[in-house]
Amino acid sequence: MRLEYRNVSMRFDDGVGKNLVAVQNVNLTVGDREVVSLIGPSGCGKSTLLNIGAGLTAPSEGAAFVDGERVEGPNAHVAFMLQKDLLLPWRTVIENVMFGVEIQRVPLAERKRRAQALLAGLNLSDFAGHYPHQLSGGMRQRVALARTLAVDPTVLLLDEPFSAVDAQTRMLLQGELAQTLKREGKTALLITHDLLEAVTLSDRVLVMSKRPGSIIDEIVIELPLRDNPIARRHEPRVRDYVDVLMQRLGIDEPPMAGISA
Amino acid sequence: MSAPSRTRLIRRGTAVSLALFVLFLAGWQWGPGWLGIPHFIIPPLSMVFDEFLRMLSVNNLMLHTGVTAAEVIAGFMLGSLLGAFFGYLLGMSPTAEFALSPYILALQIAPKVAFAPLFILWMGFTIYPKILVAILIVFFPVLVNVLTAVRTVDPDLVNLARAFKATRAQIFWKVEFPASLPPLFAGLRIGSTLAVVGVVVGELVGGNLGLGYLLAFGEGQANTAMVFVTILMLTVVGGIAYLAVILIEQRVLHYMPARAIIGF
Repeated sequence: MRLEYRNVSMRFDDGVGKNLVAVQNVNLTVGDREVVSLIGPSGCGKSTLLNIGAGLTAPSEGAAFVDGERVEGPNAHVAFMLQKDLLLPWRTVIENVMFGVEIQRVPLAERKRRAQALLAGLNLSDFAGHYPHQLSGGMRQRVALARTLAVDPTVLLLDEPFSAVDAQTRMLLQGELAQTLKREGKTALLITHDLLEAVTLSDRVLVMSKRPGSIIDEIVIELPLRDNPIARRHEPRVRDYVDVLMQRLGIDEPPMAGISA
Repeated sequence: MSAPSRTRLIRRGTAVSLALFVLFLAGWQWGPGWLGIPHFIIPPLSMVFDEFLRMLSVNNLMLHTGVTAAEVIAGFMLGSLLGAFFGYLLGMSPTAEFALSPYILALQIAPKVAFAPLFILWMGFTIYPKILVAILIVFFPVLVNVLTAVRTVDPDLVNLARAFKATRAQIFWKVEFPASLPPLFAGLRIGSTLAVVGVVVGELVGGNLGLGYLLAFGEGQANTAMVFVTILMLTVVGGIAYLAVILIEQRVLHYMPARAIIGF
C-alpha cells in the first residue's frame, strides 16, 4: 500500500462552541501505481482528507500512512497540486518548477536537470524563461504539475487540478497527467467533481457522503487505456460508470438533466 | 491593454500634459496682471525666476537644498528600514502584533509633525531632529503596508512550501518576503513624499539651514517670490526621491505585468 487512511476522523471547532464533523471514520487504501478518484458533494471533507495525507493538518482521530509510515507532518514522499496553480509570480517557469527541490536543497545542477527534463516532457521547454503572467491557464497548470513531479514523490494528491481551465485544455491536461502518471509509475489520489474525469483517469472511484463525510461506495473501473483518457472516453461502458456514479451521488433524478459529466 | 493602444495613450497623454504645462506657465506669468493681483500675493513667473537667480548667489540656495535633500534621504532610508523591519516582525508574530497594535495605532493617529518642537528641545538646532521627524512620518505607511502584505500572503502558497518541508526561514525568504515587495514599494512611494513633509516641518520649527528655514526667512521678509522658489525646490527634492523609488521598483518588480506607470 502506498497510501492508506485508517479510521480517520476530523472535527473542527465551528467557533460557537460546537464541533463540526468534517470527516468521519474514513478508511481507504491506494496501491502502488494505482490512481484512485474521490468524488462527493461539496463540503464533504475531500480536501480535508488531502491535507491530512499531505501532513498539513493532523486528523482528530486515526492516521494516514504513506509507504507504511505514519504521516506526522509534511514528508518528501507526498506532493500535492490544487485547482490554483500557486506559481510564484516573481519566478520564471523553470524556477517555479525547481521551487520544491530548491527547498529540499537538491544541488543546483541536479535541480536544473530534473526541471528541464520535466519541462521537455510537458512541451514547455520554450517557456522555461517566461514568467507565469505570460502563460495561459493550461500552461500554468502544467508548470504546477512539473513542480509537483520535480520532488519525485511516490504519491500525488490532486485536488481538482483542472477545474479552473477550459474544457478543451482540461482534456489535454488529463491526457498529459495520465501519461505522466503511467510513465513515472506514480500513485495518485485525485479529488474531482467531474464524474467523467473520475472514470477516464482512475482505476477506482470512491464515493463520499454528505458531511460528515465518509466513504459510501467503491467502484472499480474495469476499462483499458488508463494512460489515455481521451481514447478511453470512447469506451461504451464509460457512460454506464458515469450513470452509476450519478446514482450513488443522488443526482440522477429527472430535473437534473443539465449535469455535466 | 494592447501595445498599440498603449503607445497611443502615452503619445496623446504626453501631448496634453505638455500643453497644460505651457498653459500653466503662461497663466502664471500674465494671469496675476490681468486679474489685478498684486505681486506680493502672487508674483509672476519671471519675477520668481529672477528671485531664484538672486537666491542662488545671495542666499546659498543650493546649500540649503542640499541640506534638505540629505535630511530627506537619511530620514527616508532609516524610516523605511525601521518600518519594513517592524512590519515583517509583527507580520510573523501575531502575538506581538496583538500586543503592540493599540500603541502603533495611537502613534499613527498622533500627528507626527507635532513632535518636531519636542525633538528640537531634545537635540537642539541640528539636522538630527529633522531626520527624526522624517523617520517617524515614513515609518508608518511602510510598516502598515508590509504588515498587511505579510498577513495576506495566500495561505495555500505557504502550505505548498510547508508540504515541501520548508523551514520557517525558507518560507519567509522564498514566499513571504518576495510576495510583500509590491506593497512594500507602494509604502515606499508614499514614504518618499512624506519624508519631505517631515523634514520641512522640522526646519520650519528651528535652525538656520535647509529649505524650511528659507521658507520661514522669506515669510519674515514678506518676500513672496522667495517662498515660491523654496516651494518649487521642495517639490523638486520630493520629485527626485519619488522618481528614485519608482526606478528601483521597476528594477525589482520587473516580473510584474506591464502596469500603468503612476508618477510620470
